Amino acid sequence: MTHDVLLFLAVFLACTVEGVEAVTIVLAVGITHGWRSAWTGVGVALIVLTAFVAVLGPALTALPINVLRLVVGGLLLVFGLQWLRKAILRASGFKALHDEDAIFAEEIADLRAVPVQRTGIDPFGFTVSFKGVLLEGLEVAFIVVTFGSNQHNVPLAVIAALAAVILVVIAGAAAHRPLSQVPENTLKYAVGVMLTSFGIFWGTEGAGGSWPGQDAAIPVLIAFTLLTSLGLVSVLRRRHAQLAAAGSRAGAPR
Amino acid sequence: MSRLRAFVAFLYEFIVGDDPMIAVVVVIALGLAAALADGGTAVWWVLPLAVASVLAWSVLRASRR
Repeated sequence: MTHDVLLFLAVFLACTVEGVEAVTIVLAVGITHGWRSAWTGVGVALIVLTAFVAVLGPALTALPINVLRLVVGGLLLVFGLQWLRKAILRASGFKALHDEDAIFAEEIADLRAVPVQRTGIDPFGFTVSFKGVLLEGLEVAFIVVTFGSNQHNVPLAVIAALAAVILVVIAGAAAHRPLSQVPENTLKYAVGVMLTSFGIFWGTEGAGGSWPGQDAAIPVLIAFTLLTSLGLVSVLRRRHAQLAAAGSRAGAPR
Repeated sequence: MSRLRAFVAFLYEFIVGDDPMIAVVVVIALGLAAALADGGTAVWWVLPLAVASVLAWSVLRASRR
């Protein structure tokens, strides 16, 4: 039960974050190169992503449980730690925060520089929309497949992903501008913590170990990962402030 | 050939990302946990320790660049 709730939450949050980024790209394409090419790109990308999940999900589920947990645990750890690393660097000021409005303005400027084909589907608009949705969606598909197969509940992971997609698409269609109100940086941080914590849990079980308290170890691991990362944010923030102070002293007129 | 190379580069970027040392430490830690578990030792501490260490090392290194 705990696993299922956390599985739903992790996939839903990851999908919301990636969905917000995809909406920014599709909106920019729709406004500059027409909605027909933008929506066609979205449709084809969703078909490819569905095929990815449909093929890889059952293939992974067929693996022996310990091998599956070792592989999935390892992949989630590598993947989750990368998300968490970026989130820590963003939260401490060493990496720029993700700003959908700025990205949208940049996308619009780039897309307007390319001539639009007035009849039929605009190939450039289609390609940008297709690639945008596919690349953002691949991370979600990966999370759906790894979480879902390990829990032997790919359908629940798919439902979580679909719920997030529907929510983001409705919000994007209603707002008709980038969803910059969504606390994307915080969501990315939360997803990084969850992927890493589940990676630790499943990786250990896959390696042949067991957890004191079994499933009760999962919330403890989430707290451990969160506290470790918050500690690192605190250390790096101090370091960032020291560097900024040293920089302003060096730049001050004597 | 260039498409294959581009695909491999994409996969590497997609899974390994900015810091390859994270992937290296994860693989070593999983191998160590498997070896210790095979010998009957409790291994629940191996991955949390590896994660905390490599994460700290990676972000501190990035902050010094």
